[in-house]
Amino acid sequence: MSTFSRLLLDSYRDCPDKVALTVLLAGQPDQPITYRKLVAGAGVWAKTLERDGIRPGEVVILILQHGLDLIYAYWGTILHGAIPSIMPFLTEKLLPERYRADLSALVDITKPECIITYREFEPEVRAALPTDSSVRRVIVSDELESAAAMEVTASQGMQRAPDDIVLLQHSSGTTGLQKGVALSHRAVLNQLESYSLALHINEEDVIVSWLPLYHDMGLIAGFLLPILRRIPLALLSPFDWVRSPVRLLQAVSNYKGTLSWLPNFAYNFCAQKIRERDLEEVNLSTLRAVSNCAEPMRFESHQAFLNRFEPYGLKASALCTCYAMAENVFAVTQGGIDSTVIIDEIDREALQSEKAARPAVADRPSIKMVSAGPPIRNVQVKVVDEHGQALPDRSIGELALRSDSMLTEYYHRPDATHKALMNGWFLTGDYGYMVGEQVFVAGRKKDMIIVGGKNVYPMDLEELAMEVPGVHPGRVVAFGVFNESAGTEDVVIVAEVDSEDQQERDAIGDAIRQIVTRGSAVALRHVYLVGAKWLIKTSSGKTARGANKEKYLKETAEI
Amino acid sequence: MKEETIQKLGAHIASSVLKQPNRVISPDHALISSGMIDSFSLVDLALYVEDTFNVHLDDSELNKETFDNLEQLAALIEARAG
Repeated sequence: MSTFSRLLLDSYRDCPDKVALTVLLAGQPDQPITYRKLVAGAGVWAKTLERDGIRPGEVVILILQHGLDLIYAYWGTILHGAIPSIMPFLTEKLLPERYRADLSALVDITKPECIITYREFEPEVRAALPTDSSVRRVIVSDELESAAAMEVTASQGMQRAPDDIVLLQHSSGTTGLQKGVALSHRAVLNQLESYSLALHINEEDVIVSWLPLYHDMGLIAGFLLPILRRIPLALLSPFDWVRSPVRLLQAVSNYKGTLSWLPNFAYNFCAQKIRERDLEEVNLSTLRAVSNCAEPMRFESHQAFLNRFEPYGLKASALCTCYAMAENVFAVTQGGIDSTVIIDEIDREALQSEKAARPAVADRPSIKMVSAGPPIRNVQVKVVDEHGQALPDRSIGELALRSDSMLTEYYHRPDATHKALMNGWFLTGDYGYMVGEQVFVAGRKKDMIIVGGKNVYPMDLEELAMEVPGVHPGRVVAFGVFNESAGTEDVVIVAEVDSEDQQERDAIGDAIRQIVTRGSAVALRHVYLVGAKWLIKTSSGKTARGANKEKYLKETAEI
Repeated sequence: MKEETIQKLGAHIASSVLKQPNRVISPDHALISSGMIDSFSLVDLALYVEDTFNVHLDDSELNKETFDNLEQLAALIEARAG
């Protein structure tokens, strides 16, 4: 079994002039990065970490914007044998105070030894660190060692063993930052091997990605898979894509892209928000697999995407699906490669009331479920009941998985690790069912909202909204409502207020929007203000999110 | 003319972005920096502006550097139409 550093340096030796990735940033010429250049860029960081006394096996948090610094620093940390983890950079939306609180939460649990950031951001980072913090060094990006006279092949990363932890993955939100998924070289490389087989990776393949590198889909499918396995990569910035979604399609045309990964909302976003005139030169005929991943997959979203882009060469067979999670490195299943994606039309009521996925019958409401495909090689999936007993086909239960690419642990969280594993099986927290080998995901156990592929915890949002004067403390509920047109969930907040005055209410509504957006970087779709005692609480005094969502939907049905 | 533009833009944002069709947004109310409009809605707004006011806008042209309230957005549209 090899390791990350060995594989990177193998490529450096075997094909130094091969382009490992091309970085596409708005307003700049495309920048091809060969393996030689990648290793040279990374080497500077490895040497800097060594200079600053960071040891192999220590954790380095990267707080850099999407771009070359981040790419080089990531690989430099690997070459040094240290453990990188990317923290999203502060966006203009988010309040610095809130960002600081998130960073403090991460430092508190993960206890990193080093943080890498920009000089102008260093005060912000330092302000987040307690006096007795684990962080020994904050390295800024313009204070690097020169790379001259460095023997990269002697880098300390070469000494890492396959079972050592190679990287940490944190998910979003204050709550999510408290669990760093620790992955070993072996786990990641096993995943890349199985996943490459599932995708039938070949010489013609080119990956195109706009996904952020702090997200498992972006990091694994859109960064490590291509670079470690020598598949050419065209890497766009998520910020550029969100402002101009056509860039993804232009990159597919220019680089003859064959593989891409998108969260469900991106299918709708691309289908609806791209102007005809921007598509003139676009040719999507090279695409052979666009995998829908990271949020609930919708048949309608695939259809909208296909209808819009078929005239530009998109093939129906390119529509694929994938069920993935950081705890398994990435992919659990992959659909749409060996056959078209299977659609299972089931009875809507049986799904909701009987926890059964029965084939639809005429004249009864039905729902089209999209298969996530069969498990990839080396991953086993089963559906279990609340006692951990396996359930038969078409019964809804919790999805559990076992593989050779699972997490080593939640870093410094033995309690969470213990809770998630059951006799070697990882309990995913997702509800679903199986039909033969096909896996269908039907919901989730936790009260979590997935908006645009990002996990959002309602509690985080509720706590923010309660800070607004005029809102009853403890009388706020947040939940997601699926928006057919957007292909993802809208975030809704219902809050109890005393004021009957419309102007005052508008001001409170605005204040809730502002505090939530700036405190979580999540834009609220609807703030619904209600009078006292509107909210439904459970007998133990907790807010019943499901019941309140039903009540909200009923009341607002006519809007 | 400008008042009419502001009124139309305000009504569009109130109904399609905020889901509060009766809401009146004042011309100097901060839209982007207040978190009322996010990046996804900006792409939407650009398409609406093109269709409604018959002006040509590039994808990333509407952002927090170019406007933050209805007054500024209307001025931008007028300059473009002129």
